[in-house]
Amino acid sequence: MSDQLGTQDSDRYREAAPVVHPDSDPDRKPMLVVKDLVKYFPVREYTGLFPTTLQIRAVDGVSFDVAPGETLGLVGESGCGKTTTGRLITRLLEPTAGSIQFQGREIGHLKERQLRSMRRDLQIIFQDPYGSLNPRYTVGNIIGTPLQVHNLLPKNKRKARVQELLELVGLNPEHINRYPNEFSGGQRQRIGIARALAVEPKLIIADEPVSALDVSIQAQVMNLLEKLRKELGLAFIFVAHDLGVVRHFCDRVAVMYLGKVVELGSRESIYGAPQHPYTQALLSAAPDLNVVRGAVPEERIRLVGDVPSPINPPSGCRFRTRCWKAQDICAQEEPALIPRNDSGELHTIACHFAEPKTSIVADAAEVTV
Amino acid sequence: MTTGSETQDMLQPAQSGPNIAQRRGREGKKVGEQILKVTDLTVQFPTEDGLVQAVNGLNYDLQMGQTLAIVGESGSGKSVSSMAVMGLHDTRRARIGGSIMLDGQEIVGASAQTIRRMRSATAAMIFQDPQSSLHPFLRVGWQIAEAYRAHHKVSKSVAMKRSVEMLDRVGIPNPARRAKQYPHEFSGGMRQRAMIALGLVNDPKLLIADEPTTALDVTVQAQILDLLNDLQDEFGSAIVLITHDLAVVAEVADEVLVMYAGRAVEHGTATEVLAQPRHPYTWGLLSSVPSISATGSSLRPVRGLPPSLLNLPTGCSFHPRCDFMERVPGGRCIKELPELIPPESQSDRVTRCHLAEPADIFRDEIAPSLDGSEGRSHE
Repeated sequence: MSDQLGTQDSDRYREAAPVVHPDSDPDRKPMLVVKDLVKYFPVREYTGLFPTTLQIRAVDGVSFDVAPGETLGLVGESGCGKTTTGRLITRLLEPTAGSIQFQGREIGHLKERQLRSMRRDLQIIFQDPYGSLNPRYTVGNIIGTPLQVHNLLPKNKRKARVQELLELVGLNPEHINRYPNEFSGGQRQRIGIARALAVEPKLIIADEPVSALDVSIQAQVMNLLEKLRKELGLAFIFVAHDLGVVRHFCDRVAVMYLGKVVELGSRESIYGAPQHPYTQALLSAAPDLNVVRGAVPEERIRLVGDVPSPINPPSGCRFRTRCWKAQDICAQEEPALIPRNDSGELHTIACHFAEPKTSIVADAAEVTV
Repeated sequence: MTTGSETQDMLQPAQSGPNIAQRRGREGKKVGEQILKVTDLTVQFPTEDGLVQAVNGLNYDLQMGQTLAIVGESGSGKSVSSMAVMGLHDTRRARIGGSIMLDGQEIVGASAQTIRRMRSATAAMIFQDPQSSLHPFLRVGWQIAEAYRAHHKVSKSVAMKRSVEMLDRVGIPNPARRAKQYPHEFSGGMRQRAMIALGLVNDPKLLIADEPTTALDVTVQAQILDLLNDLQDEFGSAIVLITHDLAVVAEVADEVLVMYAGRAVEHGTATEVLAQPRHPYTWGLLSSVPSISATGSSLRPVRGLPPSLLNLPTGCSFHPRCDFMERVPGGRCIKELPELIPPESQSDRVTRCHLAEPADIFRDEIAPSLDGSEGRSHE
């Protein structure tokens, strides 16, 4: 199934942007290259006589790249560092170490003033449609501000452009003078999207853009993002915890666990043939609507316990404390994120005992047939 | 999880579980007996802007050992109706009509005292946000013990013992130490487990779980759903699961009630409703969920927004968002509220829609675009 769908999908995306499917093209030219990105947050601990400073290792050596027009999904459980990664790339946070190259330029430690020109090409959509819009600004002001900050249009032309943007995201252009409280959650999220689009960015970081919305509204916003991606050829980094949403939207997927990428590959390889035990567990834990349509899910992998503390992560492989394959080597040596078991050049797995496992649905199909 | 054999298993009398189950005794209620009957329930809130009709003529019943999922989007009345079952509405602000029979006791109009006796002992509720539903200043173990002491004349130490036993039962490691900790020392999944322990400490016959896993990660969600399932098998209690996540429903529910704008629009077994839905709103919900197990599907969400409960549309509340209105002759959708009617030959399966042949429309027009239903058959 994955083969058949794979060709369909890459055809669809080839129309959108001149990107060849990531798994098959080693010469692709990424617009964003993230290398060994690290972010530690210091926390003071007041137990004992003297306070000590501990480091929360939110992101601890993350590397990936994004080509123009491509969509990379960052998935993982809360606390795995996916949101922090998104914020580091938009430079809302400064990395502790590592490099972020955007369009050939190192942006990891740029000053505020220098960042501004970079942000024209790199925008963010936030999770909370209520907290991310200033309640005292009209929609026109909210969407018009980026145009003003970047000096893109003379004042008298801004209104027309804002109305154009409102129409693009499916809102009524006549509502330009309304305030955010007059809109529903889904409509607010559209305003946030219009604001991000105002400066015509090339890459958008979408941080859980639909998780605060109701199911049907969520699907409306997903369809809007998909339409924008096709029409404008945008690249996305899509941060989400919903595996179905990521599968629907992303060409490539990076699975994160405790500040590290544990598996990175095309959508087909991650969902169809996951090799890292954590990816397999994550996929098998997600409930699937298809069970009522006769799909028999395979025996569930149930992880026990919680994610360890990022202050003092386990040695070696960070997943070993919850992994059923863990052996001595896992505690001693950290597995590198590299291709394994003929997984293909661009499907990388950070596990000593990586092995392919056919997808849940493929197995289910064998059972039902 | 809701296949025929599983449902059968669930309806078998629960194995007499460990000591907890034996000690308290079931007062004669057996798996399969009716525990909750909601008849013509209406909940209205008078506001400055007018009357908010949150729940409008809701009917359902529930047997011991069964799981009913109430599905709908925000504002559909799923939480409000369940809060009415628990007697949680302020009767000075909410107008509640109809009848709620909980274990033979009428809840609508009952005195505060009656409701207090019933809460936790007969029916308990666990909330979506365990962070804000546990008291931040009280030790977790004590909060559970307190709930136990409200219904049992026992000493504090006995209640604490019971509390530790419950924490152990819901899978919290090192329960004796955990019982002495405060909620902020627990992780999200642990807190939800503690909430479940708190809900089950008095061994209620009915557990209402309001979005119990929405705030949790998938791996933790799977743990909690398993736990609820195990506890139900062991104690034979009835569960009302309020959720918007159809995939969760597919995995755990026996029956599904789909609500829209305060009314039930579809009701039946989980397999029937999710595999052969008959209401256009249920179709819309199903086509809005991107699947985890298939790629290349398109999302066809319900267009527009849910109606204001202050000013419900005439006729069928769903008609302004419905794509199939033209198929019903004479504009009946706008003029006439459809009854909840069973399709031919099925009595416990009901739909509120004027469409004549919804099953055919679903099979021919909706199902092919949904994930998996096509893709798998080609393999």
